[in-house]
Amino acid sequence: MKAKGWLAVVVIAALVAALSVVAADAKHAIKVGGQCDRTGATKLVGVEICPAVTDYIRLVNKKGGVMGHTLEYTEIEHEYRVDRGVEAYERLKRDGAVAVLDYGTPIVYALTPRHMEDKIPAITPGFGRADSTDGEVWPYIFPMAASYWSQAAGALQYIKEKGAKKGTKIAYLYFDNPAGREGIPMMERVAKKEGYEIRLFAVPPPGLEMGPQVIDITRRMRADWVVGHLFGRSPSVSIKEFRKAGFPLDRVISLVWGAGEADVEAAGWDVSQGYLGLQFAAVGRNLPAIQEIIKMYRDEGKEVPKYVGGVYYNRGVLIGAILAEGIRLGLQFGEPLTGEKVKRGYEQIKNFTLGGFLPPLTVTPQDHEGGGWVRVYQVKGKEWVPVTDWIRGYRDEVFKLVNEANKKK
Amino acid sequence: MALYPLPLAMASYALGVALLLTIPLVSDSHTMAIVNLIGLAAIGAIGLNILTGYTGQVSLGHGAFMMVGAYTAAILSARYGMPFWVGLPAGGAVAAAVGTFFGIPSLRIKGLYLAIATLAAQFIIEWCINHIPWISGGVQSTIYVPTPAFLGWEINTEYRRYFMILPVFMLAYVAAQNLVRSRVGRAFIAIRDRDVAAEIIGVDVFKYKLLAFAVSSFYAGVAGALWTYYLKIANYEHFILSTSISYLAMVIIGGLGSVLGSVFGATFITLLPIVLVYVVEGIASLFGFTYFAIADFLANLRLIIFGGLIILFLAIEPEGLYRMWGNIKRYFRFWPFSY
Repeated sequence: MKAKGWLAVVVIAALVAALSVVAADAKHAIKVGGQCDRTGATKLVGVEICPAVTDYIRLVNKKGGVMGHTLEYTEIEHEYRVDRGVEAYERLKRDGAVAVLDYGTPIVYALTPRHMEDKIPAITPGFGRADSTDGEVWPYIFPMAASYWSQAAGALQYIKEKGAKKGTKIAYLYFDNPAGREGIPMMERVAKKEGYEIRLFAVPPPGLEMGPQVIDITRRMRADWVVGHLFGRSPSVSIKEFRKAGFPLDRVISLVWGAGEADVEAAGWDVSQGYLGLQFAAVGRNLPAIQEIIKMYRDEGKEVPKYVGGVYYNRGVLIGAILAEGIRLGLQFGEPLTGEKVKRGYEQIKNFTLGGFLPPLTVTPQDHEGGGWVRVYQVKGKEWVPVTDWIRGYRDEVFKLVNEANKKK
Repeated sequence: MALYPLPLAMASYALGVALLLTIPLVSDSHTMAIVNLIGLAAIGAIGLNILTGYTGQVSLGHGAFMMVGAYTAAILSARYGMPFWVGLPAGGAVAAAVGTFFGIPSLRIKGLYLAIATLAAQFIIEWCINHIPWISGGVQSTIYVPTPAFLGWEINTEYRRYFMILPVFMLAYVAAQNLVRSRVGRAFIAIRDRDVAAEIIGVDVFKYKLLAFAVSSFYAGVAGALWTYYLKIANYEHFILSTSISYLAMVIIGGLGSVLGSVFGATFITLLPIVLVYVVEGIASLFGFTYFAIADFLANLRLIIFGGLIILFLAIEPEGLYRMWGNIKRYFRFWPFSY
């Protein structure tokens, strides 16, 4: 009993101590924040994206901040869970964040109504909400990167350039959750338009078993192309299965969440030769922003982590850069900075490339996606190598879908 | 008020209600969000405790029944324009019907076997909601709900949402306390303790098992519907298997077979990760690290502490936080004697 009584005292004391931590308020700092998942279902991605965001913000601050303001970035871990995501957002809002990163498709869905209420703009690159491309319906949600619809359209554009014609058989292998299914309407539209034969193959979560689907695709359907939209550990499983079935991997295109180094590593680099993947940010270290980050690491006397310049890391750098750019443009509208001004700032972004990181990103009040460009990369040797320039396809179809989706609401 | 005959109990109850009412006066919207999340979890946990704690039927499908409630409410509000106070009981009722159906196997199977059957329920319901477009509202399985309103008040801030959740929580709490101290509740406990003996003394085991499933699913459905109105969106991804398991964790840590314990457990499981965020940041600064330098380590450290604390609590008091609470109360009541 004594021990229990003490334990209770200790627990209560710990709670009181924890809740009385008050964040110091720096002068002139602009507060931004984001969520992250260094643990949980998709941590393979989180452990590379999140340090990249903070590295870039640190770099901006080292260079004197944005128009003399330092950026104070708060990262909150949410384990990819919705309730924790809601709490994280509320905490950022309380601390006065004027721009946030929403991390994870289900969390983006859950937080969308709150962004509208609170007038705090969220960027959600690669996390879905394809319908939020329309900035007039969703004023405070900014995908800022190709949505799943645009990605599917880009993949089909590439397939078309590779000589697909009427009757070409395309399999869409997708993770059976809202994020995975989001690409379906686009695939069906384009198939109808081009006369492709398209079939859908669902992979139930957690997606570590897809032998039957792959055999179906390769033996029964005899597909010419496969468009894959898988997450977490499942892309690597699909690579292995297609290799086992003898399907040419240069006919398999993965959307953005199956195109990282970690995915290929899990399957084995030699196994994955030829595998194609889409990117919305450039890959590699030969980019000015990445070079600056590497230099910053060296100046601080730290070792440059292995993942710098990798697929997911670079996406994180892109997120940090877009946050900084939105704030820079938002400051034109006067101080103090508010969420509304950052939103208007985002909409001013014109021809933003961050030194070859992306195609000229141009955001307008109508188009929060910024063009929907993607680039096809291929596994060659030990790295992802670009095989096309920035491409996009079927823009009219994408916008038709966006408008239809938003009319329903 | 026959629940609390003693004046002391009445006073402590009144104090509890007063505390609940003063929370919004002293908190910012972030704290309110945490309180709301605890309230939502507590309603669901009370429901699961009626089934698992009182009747002894292990369920791994609680999240799925919440899903049913969430989508029912969303469909009623988004497509038929029903207000939220219609959506809540309707969500509960539909979930209760579904839960009763999936409770039928409990007549023949018990324990782990039933756990697997309810696990199947979780997957079946998840799949159905996901693949029937009429229910899920299309490929994204997401339904937007207009801002709930009560007598012209839009429930659109964390404070107002609190006053949407609080009455439901109080009602759920009092109803559960009443239920478990009634004839029905005693029948549940008899089934939990020895179903054969219960049958011999005249408890209709099948009926009461189904009733337990119905009541428990009703609670789950109401909790799910509240989630929908809280987020203004119904999306099944909050109610997957991991959610079912964390509800099971809540009732085990809180104390099986105790209504107040469910609330303790929900508070513990919801609050602890959030508090640990601050704790690990404090630990980091204590050792002179910045958060970002060792963020990965801290994220995993938090998981380790979380798991460790759960093991510690259960090792010290297998009967959960409710029992710990009782021990503390007793200590002060009998002081200076030990018993």
